[in-house]
Amino acid sequence: MAKTYFTEDHEWLRVDGGVATVGITDYAQEQLGDLVFVELPEIGRKLAKGDTAVVVESVKAASDVYAPVDGEITEANASLSADPSLVNSAATGDGWLWKMRLANESQLDSLMDEAAYKAHIG
Amino acid sequence: MTGDDTRHLPLEDLHQAAGARFGAFAGWSMPLTYPPGVMKEHLHTREHAGLFDISHMKLFEVSGPEATALLNRACPLDAGALEISQSKYTFFLNEAAGIIDDLIVTRLGDDRFMVVANAGNAVEDEKHLRALATAFDVGVEPLDRVFLAIQGPDAWAALARAGIETGSLLFMHGVEPRQNWFMSRSGYTGEDGFEIGLPEKDARDLVAKLLGDERVQWIGLAARDSLRLEAGLCLHGQDLTPETDPASAGLMWAIPKEVRASGHFIGADALRSIIERGPSQKRVGLKPDGRQPVRAGAALIDADGHPAGHVASGGFGPSAGHPVAMGYVNTALAKAGTKLFADVRGTKIPVDVTPLPFTPHRYRKG
Repeated sequence: MAKTYFTEDHEWLRVDGGVATVGITDYAQEQLGDLVFVELPEIGRKLAKGDTAVVVESVKAASDVYAPVDGEITEANASLSADPSLVNSAATGDGWLWKMRLANESQLDSLMDEAAYKAHIG
Repeated sequence: MTGDDTRHLPLEDLHQAAGARFGAFAGWSMPLTYPPGVMKEHLHTREHAGLFDISHMKLFEVSGPEATALLNRACPLDAGALEISQSKYTFFLNEAAGIIDDLIVTRLGDDRFMVVANAGNAVEDEKHLRALATAFDVGVEPLDRVFLAIQGPDAWAALARAGIETGSLLFMHGVEPRQNWFMSRSGYTGEDGFEIGLPEKDARDLVAKLLGDERVQWIGLAARDSLRLEAGLCLHGQDLTPETDPASAGLMWAIPKEVRASGHFIGADALRSIIERGPSQKRVGLKPDGRQPVRAGAALIDADGHPAGHVASGGFGPSAGHPVAMGYVNTALAKAGTKLFADVRGTKIPVDVTPLPFTPHRYRKG
């Protein structure tokens, strides 16, 4: 059964069978505005928590999206190459950014659940 | 961002009511976007009419028997050659011909002019102008005005419906249609449009009328930037700086020939020697390959890997449909079609030197 976690940097992770699907929250996409480009990660790249995994570019600025936990990239959302605005229209659905195999599942314990995240953004 | 020194627009409550997202710019809390978002706001301006609150910019009235002489000293300008109501894009230069600010000067009367200056430089500009003015019989008065821009093909019709006739006013002309109003046909988008300085109470009435017209909507600073970049217009602080001269910036068209040759403006000697030896870099348009934007500050390199210049402004052009940028490159590389590379986080993005603007200007010149 998939469980969803949130970070203070406005990312979400949906974890299922040791693999996390990662994206940015609706709050984050609203802050960024219309996205025009997503620089996707290479498959197989190993990330430590806090590494820049993806760069999302709005009309005006480029913003880093960090790895919320340690792990290895298993998939990147290729449909964002043709349509980066999916992140705006479906941030927590079709606008996911990448999937990663978790290196250390205990890191999930330090993340927020949805209620805590809602309190975080006020 | 929310320090005590942040200045707030007189119409801030209207922007809040419209759902604006605010951000800091040049010491001001400015509406960056409204609920439609930068992309839709940008396209709406090109298709209909966008309303911008640009009250962070400063209007100065320069008047007195030696107003013309002061402006001829402060700017590479023949102020006396301007007809009444004619506007001219010009600069304050330093002794090295570096651009302190870019401005629009409009002649309102025989010895009366309006100077419109950038927000980020307003304090410096006033100090500079006042210091120069001590040598002349002239007054420099900063005006307390709300400043609005309405831009786009429907701008004139929306103003007409709001009771403001613009029919005989042509591009780069400005008039005083009512007491304490200043209205010019100009802008920062490449579209036909107007900039109107007026008292706050009048501004609130005008905004209410304009927003009652379905062709008009508020446009934030984010779209103002993408619109001006597509139009190839410079942003002082990025594309123009006190280290940039008008020749390198490709803005010599703003300086009349006689003024170049014999004007006594500040920076005249430096500018003449730059023109004589030729500027070492030039401002150019840059079209990145593909979808990835290149941003201000990115280094440019030539096909052999040598430093070629830098990106001064960059982003995405919603009307162009691709990333757009401007930058400075070594003069030998400034020809349209030259292939360069921008270093974006270690990736070399191919960029073509390209003519400006990216979207054609649609000014009402006659």
